[in-house]
Formats: sequence, structure tokens, C-alpha cells
Amino acid sequence: MTEAITTPIDESTPPDDQTQTGPWRWLAVVLLVALLALMGWGLQAQAGGPVESGPAPDFTLTTFEGETITLSELKGQVVIINFWASWCPPCREEAAYLEATWRKYKDQDVLFIGVDYVDAEPNALAYLEEFDITYPNGPDLGQQISDAYNIKGVPETFYVDKTGHLRGVQIGPLYPPALDHKIEELLAE
Amino acid sequence: MINDFGYIILILSILVSVYVLYAAWQGRNDPDSPWLVSARNAVIAVFALLTLSTAAVVYSLVAGDFQVNYAYQVSSLSMSTFLKVTALWGGQQGSIIFWTWLMSAFAAAVMVRKWDTDRPLMPWVIIVTVGTLLFFQGVSLFIANPFERLWFVGNDLVHSVWQPVGGVAVSPRNGQGLNPLLRHPGMIGHPPTLYLGFVGFVIPYAFAMAALITGRSNEATWIQTTRRWTLVAWVFLSIGLILGGRWAYDVLGWGGYWGWDPVENASFMPWLTGTAFLHSVMIQEKRGMLKVWNMILIILTYSLVMFGTFITRSGVISSVHSFAESAIGPAFFAFISVTFLASLYLLLTRLDTLKGEHELDSLLSRESVFLLQNLLFLGITFATFWGTIFPMISELATGEKITVGPPFYNKVNGPLFAVLVLTMGVAPLLAWRKHSAKRLGRALWLPFAIAVAITLGLLLFGIRNPTALFGYWLVAFVGLTTLWEFGKGIRARMKHGESPGLAMVRLIGRNRRRYGGYIVHLGVVMMALGIVGTNFFQQETQGMLAPGESLHLDRYTLTYERLLQYEQEGGDRHVTEAKVNLYRDGKFLRTLRPHKDFFESNEQSLTIPAVLSRPGEDVYVLLVGWEEISFNGSTFKIYINPLVSWLWAGGLVLIAGTLLAAWPEKQTAASWAAARRPALGATAQ
Amino acid sequence: MKPLFILITILFLVGALLTATASIQPPAQAQSPISDDEVNAVAKNLYCPVCENTPLDVCPTQACKDWREMIRTQLSEGWTEEQVTDYFVDKFGPRVLAQPPAQGFPILVWILPVAALLGGGVVLWRLLRQWQARPAPVEITTVPNISVAPPNIDPEVLARIEREVETRF
Repeated sequence: MTEAITTPIDESTPPDDQTQTGPWRWLAVVLLVALLALMGWGLQAQAGGPVESGPAPDFTLTTFEGETITLSELKGQVVIINFWASWCPPCREEAAYLEATWRKYKDQDVLFIGVDYVDAEPNALAYLEEFDITYPNGPDLGQQISDAYNIKGVPETFYVDKTGHLRGVQIGPLYPPALDHKIEELLAE
Repeated sequence: MINDFGYIILILSILVSVYVLYAAWQGRNDPDSPWLVSARNAVIAVFALLTLSTAAVVYSLVAGDFQVNYAYQVSSLSMSTFLKVTALWGGQQGSIIFWTWLMSAFAAAVMVRKWDTDRPLMPWVIIVTVGTLLFFQGVSLFIANPFERLWFVGNDLVHSVWQPVGGVAVSPRNGQGLNPLLRHPGMIGHPPTLYLGFVGFVIPYAFAMAALITGRSNEATWIQTTRRWTLVAWVFLSIGLILGGRWAYDVLGWGGYWGWDPVENASFMPWLTGTAFLHSVMIQEKRGMLKVWNMILIILTYSLVMFGTFITRSGVISSVHSFAESAIGPAFFAFISVTFLASLYLLLTRLDTLKGEHELDSLLSRESVFLLQNLLFLGITFATFWGTIFPMISELATGEKITVGPPFYNKVNGPLFAVLVLTMGVAPLLAWRKHSAKRLGRALWLPFAIAVAITLGLLLFGIRNPTALFGYWLVAFVGLTTLWEFGKGIRARMKHGESPGLAMVRLIGRNRRRYGGYIVHLGVVMMALGIVGTNFFQQETQGMLAPGESLHLDRYTLTYERLLQYEQEGGDRHVTEAKVNLYRDGKFLRTLRPHKDFFESNEQSLTIPAVLSRPGEDVYVLLVGWEEISFNGSTFKIYINPLVSWLWAGGLVLIAGTLLAAWPEKQTAASWAAARRPALGATAQ
Repeated sequence: MKPLFILITILFLVGALLTATASIQPPAQAQSPISDDEVNAVAKNLYCPVCENTPLDVCPTQACKDWREMIRTQLSEGWTEEQVTDYFVDKFGPRVLAQPPAQGFPILVWILPVAALLGGGVVLWRLLRQWQARPAPVEITTVPNISVAPPNIDPEVLARIEREVETRF
């Protein structure tokens, strides 16, 4: 006799359904779409390489000597932004070439800025000493600059024209005479 | 030749898969349709074709056909044949075709095993499974093709299966070789079992989808079938997780086995929801409750498999396990979007077919503890999920990248696991429907008291950390209550004159599902003991030693003898090995040889620990560095990992218990009927 | 609600514990030189800023070695662990912390799982009450069956059968 009573397949409103209907359904849909949107955004951010064109993201760098440089105040000059780190072997390959090029052009409307990407400061200073680097260099505090430029590694070098727009990027070390050519091209404008 | 053959077979298998979808669609309304039989045979044909195609990839790896890009990337002349075969899952392209092949094997197994009992569901099971399979076949053909060769066209290196116009074949004399991290015995088993676990969940998902689509989800058979397939996937996933931990412990050289890295989390989350399903499905079978909930759990498990595969393979979330390549990201994204949205749509629109019978007699019953346990599993899953994606959310919201590391997971998941283990001890003692507190108290007081006594003993022994003491108490209590269950059954049998051994064998043999489950619980308890030990009592020290000098940690002394350098694998592997002697309380134990291997072709180095394993603790020695020129000093790091052997032993017990519980037996018609009856909501009278 | 209470208690316990483990390392013999163990004790709670998800104390790259040496220098100059950590956060951003700070936006990482669990607990509790409140079916016990059974069966055998029936599925 118990069977009939213990199988109350309630045709009217099983509680499960009550809890799942109405706002709950929409909440589930909204959450799922939000998650997919997040993944889509992540995919895009991940696939995108360094920023290559458009206005160069502005930043203020405090050099190891304590001076501050703000990119937006440098309009009218060609700016070469080089991301490096003392622990990065390919950076060493280009360091001498960068410094030589700087010395060649520093009397024209050109400024080099070295951005030291996550580094131990004593090693960074030793690196600057080793290659006798004279253009301004400073640490990328909180990785804000490298995030803004979305760099994928070091070294990376960004070219900024006289109007403050990005004009390309070199991923990996620079070898002569690539940098000379780029500077000549941007200076001629 | 064989490479081209494999490529053509892959294309052929895709065509057959398309035919399967068409035939199953034609037969969707008629279980006796000849279309359906044809679809079934074609699924088996797809499996056969993919077997040949995968074998062709293995051939190019073993034969060293380095014009094939994939073989060039992961194989090399100096590797053993065995390693060359395992290189199949050593890179993206190979992994995808291997994965595809495994999935087709599962699909074929379903066709062979459960054809008749679930015939009405079959058209949709085939469509969902082969639809998923087709996606992976497509990825293998168009995005991560393992058959592509290398060609020079002018100065450009081109990847193409056939010779491009003006192309000159590039045939490197040697390949780059397998990533050194993967050249370890642990890597033989870890990826295949993990993949088997992952792809295995497509079957329960397909059954769930089929049940929703056909509106047959209120019937009992599909949930039986689903439970079995879930168990198959679950045991492989468990093995994969344990082997992964072991591999990390043996190869990664950081003294641990689990780092809550996104890739690890990705494989752990489906395990959690799968485990939750395996438990709550019992309520559905016995009481007809939680039908919607179980459906959600199956879908969630499969979605987490896909989500995990996506985030780790696409590189959306960065991880230490850097096999991420972005090329398959967009395709995968499209695929999971469609899958998730379709699943949710079906679930929401078909909810009304999932009528549950709800009545709860008592809050103190096995049902309610099972529900609590489900809440805990889902809570852990959510915390893990949230921690995994939070760096992305943070970056999107504030632009600031942050790390969510092990401390987060330990703090949030640790307590949840503790309560979960507690429910694991109590739930088996509770009856379905209702249980009196008095009876529960009678069953629990003795294990409780013994566990308290053990804990007090540990306190006297000098363990002061309250959380660790609680952990030990928990492990003792739950272990004892589980053993009690065995004891009770064995005692009852012995009263009928059986010897203790026979009583135990018969007890387990006659109730494999139940006692197999308890053995799994014992395995979990053993693993918990190892986790408590390593989390709370790991010790470490590091120091630079000159030959003859010693480093001390706890009761151990490590004396540095000398450093050796030699080459292996045709000069590719440069080994720097330290010979050290290990003493305990001044007594010599063993000579250990931790080493650091540098692989020239990959420019990668590995720090391989030397481990002395004892039941109580492991001594884990790493060679961290050495003086390059003089060899006068080397830096060593020693970890003492208490009870870590229990973790591995518990893993074995867990797997043994699952196999015992799930090993298929010949089902008689009567036992099928008997198994179904309770699910219909009747009492077992 | 009791389990939840236990849970929260444990949460605090674990929290207290994890902060305590940082000081487990034995003090060095002298103030300087700083031992590897002291460096590692600090580096353990920091993450390598350039590698993915790798604690600084076990990270094998050159950059990490440099940072560990820097920590050694800082410690020998008398910096506290907190100062070193702050220095790393200032220089490399909050990603060097093993766990997100419990303030500002990142606090969400802590709040949401707890909130979800509490929410789930409330829903579960209400569901259980709701199910329980439904008209209870006729009390089913196994005792009447025994009395119905023919009296000549050995009660122990009967108990075994009962157990088997109960446990089979």
C-alpha cells in the first residue's frame, strides 16, 4: 500500500522548477554570456601583439639619476623607446649599437629612453655601466609602461615620430643599420 | 608516403563523421531505422580510420621523418623509440590528434556496449558525440595539422602537406627533440590518462543532452548508463591527476606536487563536479530526487572540461605549463560558446521534463548530508574557478595584473575540504530517509573517542599547531568510521562461521559498489593524511657547501662528496651530478645523486631531485647550483616532506577501490529490474 | 547552519596559521651574512614578476637569482620582510604577491566564494525545509516486515538479507 503514496510525482509545481524559473533563468544566461565575453576579451588581448600605431601611450619615467621624463612633453622630437633588462642576453647584443646610435644622433631632434623592465636595480646599474650607456634610463615601476605598450618580451624598441605617434616596433634585438634608417626616416618628416 | 596516407585518412575520417551526423539525423525519430545501424557502423569506421591516421603520426616520429614539422619539433635521433612514441602527446598537433583518436575510441565503445538498452537515445548520443569529435577532427586538419611538412619557397619557410609551387623540401638531419620536462616516466601515463578522463566526459554529456532532447530524461536507464560512463571518465581523470602530481614532484624540483596553477585547476574542476555527480546520482537512483541538479552537474562537468581545455590551450590564462599556442584559441572559443549556450538553452527549456519526487523525511538523513556534500564540492569548484579567472577580471576592471596563488586556495578550499572529509566519514553511517541522532551517536562515539585519543597523543608528542591537530583528528576519525563499516560487515559474516579473510572477501565481493566506494574513501583519507603532513610540516634548508662540508636539517645531515659532469643522449644532455651522503642521527642512510641536466637542443635545464622515500617522510635533495670554474662549492636545498608517501599510496587505493566498484559484471535481467526499481521511487520491498 | 559556523572558524584558523608559518625559519647565527634560508623565507611569499605563477624561492632563472641576491643585500642592510615586499610591489606591481591584497578591487576574490557558499547554503537550507514541510508520506520502517515474516526464519539470516537488500544498490 505504501507505493502509491511514496511516489508523489507532483504534476503541479515541483520545487526544482520554482527555483529555476523566472529571474534565475536570466541570471544563468547573463552569467554565461558575461563569462564568454570575458574569454573573448582575454583571447583578443592575448592574441594582440605590441601596440604599433596610433598615439604613443603616455608615461612618466623617473630615471636612475632621479630626473623625470614625460613622453607627451617631447613632441617635436623623434623618440626611441627601448625596453630592456639586465638578465636578458639578447639585450646585450644590441646595447652597444643602441649607445653608438644615440651618440651619433643626440645633437639632432632625437631622444632615446631606456625602460628597464622588471629588473634588480644593482644589476641594472651595472649593466648601464658595462655598456657605458648615456641616454636616460629608468625602471618601469609596477610594469605600467610595459603593460601600456603590451610588450611581449625584451628587448623591444618602439619608434615615436615628432607628433607623438607610434611608427612601428622592433621585437628582438636591433642590428645596424636598422635603427639609423628608422631615425633618418622619422627625422626627415 | 605514410605521412600523406595519414593525412588522406584523416580527411576520409572527417567525411565519414559528416555522414554519421547525416545518418543519425535521418534515424532520429525511429530507433529501428536502418539509418541508425548505418550510423553506428560508421562511428566504428571513424575510430578505425583515426587509428590509422594517428599511427601514421607515430610512424613519422619513430622513423625520424624530420621534414614533417611535428616530428621535427618533438622527435630527435637520440631519443629512445619509447620516447619517440610518447612524443605523440608532446606537442600541440600530436596532442590534438591523439585526443581526437581517444574520443573516437569512446564513441565506438558506446556503440558496442550499450547499443540496445539505450536505443531511443542513441541518435542524439551519436549526434552530440560525433559533432564534438568532428570539431576536433577539423582542428586537427585545419589548425594543428600533424602532417605538415617543411618547404622552402624562395627564402620563406612554408608549412604544407603537399609540395607548394616552387617549393624545395627542407629535411633537417635531426629534430629538436621532446621537451625535457616531458622525458620522464611520469609523462608516459599522465597526459593519456588525463585526456581519457577529459574526453570520457563527452559520453555522459551526450547521454544527458540526448535525454533532454528526446524528453526521456525522467526514465531511469539513461542515468544508469551515464553513471557508468562517468565513473569510467572519472577514474581516468583521477589517475591523470595523481600521475600529474607525481610527475611534478619528481621533475619540477620545487619540493611539492600541486601548485594550484591554472592548468592544474583546469583538470581538477571537472573532477570535483564529476565526483559530486557520482554521489548525488545515488539520491536520484534511490529516491528519484535531484534530477535537475544531476543534469546540471553532468553539463557543468563537461563544460569545465571544455573550458579548461580552452583556457590552457589558447593561452588566455597564463600558466607555468606553457604549452599554450594561440592558433587554436578562436576556433575553440567559437566551439565552447556554441556548446555552452546550446546546453543552457536545452536545460532551461526542458526543465519541465525533469520532474523530481521530493520528500524529505528528516534533516538527519543520508540525503541531506549528500546535499551538503554537493554544496561543498560546488563551493570548492567555484572558488577554484573564481581564483583561476580572477587575474583576468582584475586586469579588465582595473588594468592591474595580480597573482592568485596557493595561499588563496589553501585558505578558501582548505576548510571546505575539511568539512567535506567529515561528511565523507559520517554519510555512510546515516540511513536513507531518516536517522535518529541517538543511533548515530552510538555508531560514532568510539571512532570519535579513539581519534581524540590519537590527537591528544600527537599533542603530547609535541605537535602544537591547532589546524594540523584538527587535520590529524579528522583523518583519524574518518578513517576509523570507514574501517568500522568494514568491521561491522565482517563481524556479522563471521557469526555465520566464515573466517575473517573469507568474510572480508565475500563482504566486498557481494557489495562491490558499496565497499569499493568505501575503499575509495579510505584512499582519500590516506591522501588527506599526506596533504596535512606536507602542508603543515614541510621543512627546508638551503646552503652552499664545499666538498666534505655538511648541511643539517632536523635529524638529517647531508655531506657533499663531489661533483660529476658527463653527457648523455648523444651529447645533447649535459648532466651535472652531485654525490652526497645522507645521514640520520649520525647513521649513514644512503648516497644520493641529485642532478641538473641541461639540454642543448632546447636550451632548457631540469633540476632533478634525489629523493629518499620513507613511510614517515621523504628527504628531497636538490642541486641548486655550483661554482662554475673551481667546482669548490655547490648549493643544495633539502626538503623534508612528512607523510608524502601516504599521498601516493592513497592514490593507488583510490584507484583500486574505483575499479573494484565499477568493474562491469554480467547484468542479468533480474538485477537490471531490481536496480531500476528504487529509482522509480518505490521502496525496496 | 552549524557546518557553516565550523567552516568560518576553520577559515580563521587557517588564516592565522599561514601567517605564522612565515616565521618558522630558524634565526641565523649572525646578523650578516644573510643565509639562503632567510632569503628563501622572504622569497617564498613573492612571485617571480616575469615568469608565470612561479614563487621566487624556487624559480631557477637568472633574473630570479638576481632578485634573490637583491633580497639578500636588502636584508643585510637591515630591511624587514615587509619592507622588501613593499619594495617589490612598488617596483613590479601587485602581481608579485602570492595572494591578492585584501583591499580595493582584489578583495572580490575573497568575498565572492564565501558569498556564493553562504548563498548556496541558504538555498539548500530552504529547499530542505520546503521538502520536509511537504505532507510526509506514510512512515516507512523496516520493522513491520520482520513481524510479517514467517516466525521460523532465523532472525540473523533475516537481518543479513535485509542488509543485503539495503546495500545492494
